[in-house]
Amino acid sequence: MRVTTLPLAVSAFTATSALGFGLSDHLDALQQQQSGLRTNDFSSAPLACWIGRVAGIESQPLPDAYAPWDCRNNRLAWTGLNQDDFFAKVQAARARYGAMRLALLLGTSTASIGATEEGYRRLDGARLPDDLHRTAIHTPHSLTAFVAKALDIGGPCLTISTACSSSAKVFASAERLIRLGLVDAAVVGGVDSLCDSTLFGFNALELVSPEPCRPFDAARRGISIGEAAGFALLERVDAQPDATLRLLACGESSDAHHMSTPDPEGVGAELALRDALARAQLDVSDVDYINLHGTASHKNDAMEAALIARLFPAHTRVSSTKALTGHTLGAAGMLEAAITLLALREGFVPGNAGVREADPACSTHFAWRNEARPLKVALSHSFGFGGSNACLAFARASAENAA
Amino acid sequence: MSALCVRVEGIGLWSPQLANFDALRRALVGEAPEPPGARPTASALSPNERRRAPESVLVAIEAATQAVALSGRAAEDLACVFASAYGDQATTDYMCRVLAGTPTELSPTRFHNSVHNAAAGYWTIATGCRAPSSATCAGSASFGAGLLEAVALACADDRPIVLVCSDTAGAGPLGELIGCTFAFGCALVLAPATDAGVTLSLSTTKGSEPIHPPLPEHFATWMRNNPSAGCLPLLAMLARGEAECVVAVSEHLGLHVQNEMAA
Repeated sequence: MRVTTLPLAVSAFTATSALGFGLSDHLDALQQQQSGLRTNDFSSAPLACWIGRVAGIESQPLPDAYAPWDCRNNRLAWTGLNQDDFFAKVQAARARYGAMRLALLLGTSTASIGATEEGYRRLDGARLPDDLHRTAIHTPHSLTAFVAKALDIGGPCLTISTACSSSAKVFASAERLIRLGLVDAAVVGGVDSLCDSTLFGFNALELVSPEPCRPFDAARRGISIGEAAGFALLERVDAQPDATLRLLACGESSDAHHMSTPDPEGVGAELALRDALARAQLDVSDVDYINLHGTASHKNDAMEAALIARLFPAHTRVSSTKALTGHTLGAAGMLEAAITLLALREGFVPGNAGVREADPACSTHFAWRNEARPLKVALSHSFGFGGSNACLAFARASAENAA
Repeated sequence: MSALCVRVEGIGLWSPQLANFDALRRALVGEAPEPPGARPTASALSPNERRRAPESVLVAIEAATQAVALSGRAAEDLACVFASAYGDQATTDYMCRVLAGTPTELSPTRFHNSVHNAAAGYWTIATGCRAPSSATCAGSASFGAGLLEAVALACADDRPIVLVCSDTAGAGPLGELIGCTFAFGCALVLAPATDAGVTLSLSTTKGSEPIHPPLPEHFATWMRNNPSAGCLPLLAMLARGEAECVVAVSEHLGLHVQNEMAA
């Protein structure tokens, strides 16, 4: 049976990444195409690569009330929650609906594993050192448990950890809970922070570029890892009739191909895309802009460029923004959802930064530089290890049909 | 909200003490069922994948394989939710040890096995499943939160789903802190309710304290030492045909599960 998704109002959203703190910093950086990547200075023996690091996180401990959760990832989450008045907007929603009618769904790939790594570097015999002997920071649910406490959310609280699609898939879970009437609103988002597990892990897979990443460049050499926190508040459209930004639908699929490389034919990616379009009752010709996954790995970009060339009409514009932010892994779905929402709100196509010579496989859909144009429907692609795919469809409602 | 209704089409279970759901039935009536072999067979995987896969993946795949076989459905058609409170702690212990000493020697295979959706990845690849798959956690409420996610997916999208919840024993300093001491995996194949089969009606309820009829004493030990064994009240309810139970969904919320066939 074909299921049509309930459109939801995106009544608040925010992002914190190497591009800065909150939406204003992100909009400035996107409009100027100013990359946040810098030479890797993370960890005791940094790999020779570039990273997207959020400045100052290590020197800002959590407030005392949240001390058991203190670690880099939760600090990044806290910093992110405190941008763009997001905290206050969630508190207002909680007052409207009640804490139990609000869900929290967050994506992360590694949560606070950086704290576990630090504990192993400073072992006290066979034990983690006393200051890190805290169960709250050594589980993959650490992030969501902390944010639930900070926002005082009483409804369902779930962490989704499907590698790089994590914080796109949270939108789908939230939509289902709201459509079924289990909750009235949901906070969704994603947080992933720099850690040795991902830097050295992707290095072991020979996927880390020694230079700033260049998505869709003919001579691309791999990914640059970044960190980010982002959140959005989703409510029913009739509860927020003035909100012009909408989540139309989410599509999900599995590749059934390989643990760490995408299906070169893009079958799974196309299934997720078609799922999103079908749920939103859209055709490919309705899509104005797609924020691509565009990691700058050889295989992802080849698959994705072919998918775009195969499916979309000439007027659909596409780009990857990872040369600006780095690949923020479990936070990438949310960060790029925020960039997509900014593009819809401001009426521009963010340019695909970092390219010197475009891969000849890239079609004319690619926006190599910023383009000013009104956008109505925009998608964001997220593909992760294990063949986990998600595609989000957002729209800007015009004033006359916003109600 | 109105309750969500699903039909239970298959149940899978694996722990060092219990080979499957039938062994659980017998344990509930005081019998001592034959324990399974040291490693689950996880027959959905090819021999090659079975060799490469860590124990955490084998336990999850074994439970899923049993439940899907009982359901009579094709695995490739089922959406899937793989819940686990801790993921693969043994792999995390390995990674943190290597990263603390010789980080550039990290094994690429161990790294890709470390993602929380490793079991979902192995499962979808082995079964040719292109349906949506997810990997979730929610601390000690991981089973209930995964159940809610799975039931919501089944009901909202009108499709059958397999839910798997599994955790394996920790290792090293991380294992010492967390205290998950043995492997436990369970799985349910759930479909939107029709007239046939065992039907569950589920609704959220304030308070997360589990509520259920008495269980054998050693079940409490299992539940204390592995969060995925938080499924036992529900599995016991299904095995004994009892009317209802409550499992935790989050710190403040429970899921009230009523067995429509018990009425």
